[in-house]
Amino acid sequence: MFYIMVITVMVLILFPFIWQILTSIKSESELWSIPPVWIPKKINLDHYYSVFIKRPFLTYIKNSFIVALSTTVFSVFVASFAAYALARLRFKGKNIILSLVLAVSMFPGIAIVSPLYIFMMNIHLLNTYIGLIIPYTTFTLPLAIWNLTTFFKEIPFELEESARVDGATYMQTFIRIIFPLAAPGVFTTAILSFISAWNEFLFALVFNTKDAMRTVPVAIAMFPGEHELPWGDMAAASVVVTIPLIIMVLIFQRRIISGLTAGAIKG
Amino acid sequence: MIDFMNTTNKAHKRSMTESQFGYLMVMPALLCIGLIALYPVVQTFWLSLHRLRLQFPDMTKFIGLQNYITIFNDDRFINATINTVEFTVISVALELVFGLGIAMLMNKEYKGRGLMRAAALVPWAIPTTVSAMMWKFIYNDQLGVLNDILVKLHIIPEYKAWLGSEATAMGAAIAADVWKTTPFMALLLLAGLQVIPKELYEAATVDGASPWRQFTTITLPLLRPTILVALIFRTLDAFRVFDLIYVLTGGGPGNSTETLSVYAYKTLFRNMDFGMGSTLAVLIFIFIFIISLIYIRILSSGGKED
Repeated sequence: MFYIMVITVMVLILFPFIWQILTSIKSESELWSIPPVWIPKKINLDHYYSVFIKRPFLTYIKNSFIVALSTTVFSVFVASFAAYALARLRFKGKNIILSLVLAVSMFPGIAIVSPLYIFMMNIHLLNTYIGLIIPYTTFTLPLAIWNLTTFFKEIPFELEESARVDGATYMQTFIRIIFPLAAPGVFTTAILSFISAWNEFLFALVFNTKDAMRTVPVAIAMFPGEHELPWGDMAAASVVVTIPLIIMVLIFQRRIISGLTAGAIKG
Repeated sequence: MIDFMNTTNKAHKRSMTESQFGYLMVMPALLCIGLIALYPVVQTFWLSLHRLRLQFPDMTKFIGLQNYITIFNDDRFINATINTVEFTVISVALELVFGLGIAMLMNKEYKGRGLMRAAALVPWAIPTTVSAMMWKFIYNDQLGVLNDILVKLHIIPEYKAWLGSEATAMGAAIAADVWKTTPFMALLLLAGLQVIPKELYEAATVDGASPWRQFTTITLPLLRPTILVALIFRTLDAFRVFDLIYVLTGGGPGNSTETLSVYAYKTLFRNMDFGMGSTLAVLIFIFIFIISLIYIRILSSGGKED
């Protein structure tokens, strides 16, 4: 009975994605048959071919990759400074800063997209990478700061004190002692920032309208043409961008879960 | 020379007090947040007080609260508000119930538990637009597998256009959202469940308390703070829903799934009406602010009781 429930839940969770994989390897005639063919007779890679050869899908992946990776680097960099201060230094206004950071994570993107659009237009950052990296960094900061703060707090304070006694500056203690010790936390934060930047839609849709500058989520949403619905191509593209994420999630699942819940439960 | 510079530099840094250094360290983050989040919100409010169409910039004019008056008499705005509330309340409620159930399944010890936890992260990791596309195909009136399953199980007599009819489109959107975010809710709740001491259940079992009684007297009260935090995150997320609806239905058919974010997006970037679009954006912001305040009140009053 218990196992039946577990299996039911697993099937419900995984079915849509498995269906997507099956769809992506069907031939065109199997794809359009009614009722739907469940298991294709043979593996057909036409849709994958079409996605990579007929469409500039590698460009979309490159765009997403550059934007998400830069966002991750900036976000971890800026957040680790802030988190170090918030976790380990004494100064006034810490709680206010933490609440402010949390409040920003709840901002609806739509509430700021219009002035940012005008701003990016005026300084000619529409259809550029940096025009996405800047807002993405700001929006991944809250999670990154909360996460890193939790991790930094767990490092014993004696280590820092002895370094200070030896004459190290605050900055040296941070870079040589705290940051390396928090490496797993930094890594978790990086994964979470990367996934959230990789998946973002609204800003990418609005700011980067040139086809050559589109990111993956927007590109896939734009696949349907005026008169055609290339379901096979969309399925293949979805599988291509999802498999790396799933592999990442499977490898780092413990870290991701602890990272996601750290902010929510301890905060 | 270089040595000399270094020593003065060090001396200077050492003279910096702990709190000065603290402020210096949080400064970059605060600057980012200030420039890219806080300042634009104020600007959005300022734009909302204007008649401002991007294709006619010369006609821009300050008109005070006129946009707000117009919007409150706009049926489409009222419809979008109702849709947003409906989407938020139903999907978050379902996610909580299912999420709690799945969390309790994951909290038990059995073979393959790790696999189940990993599987739960899959919908979370897939980009929302990609999952919306997946569901769009599943719901398709002719090719969709949902129709095939339901007809074969004799639950419905014939194929239906799930996204094409006003009666079912919202339900379909909610189901897709529940699929995507329930596992995440389950993981949050699981983290809360694992903190509850096992001895409490053992003692209750010795006392002869039924599983249901253990659930209502131990699990629910001790899980309350976690549930509230999970609810805050999910409510605010669901209330600003954009990607899912935009890709799945585009707000249709006949505006039946149009939420506030989708309406605001269309006003801003299809009609290029930045005055009216900003007004909608400000209202969404205010709604979210009010929801947060309500939750924070509940959370802090809960803290006092403990």
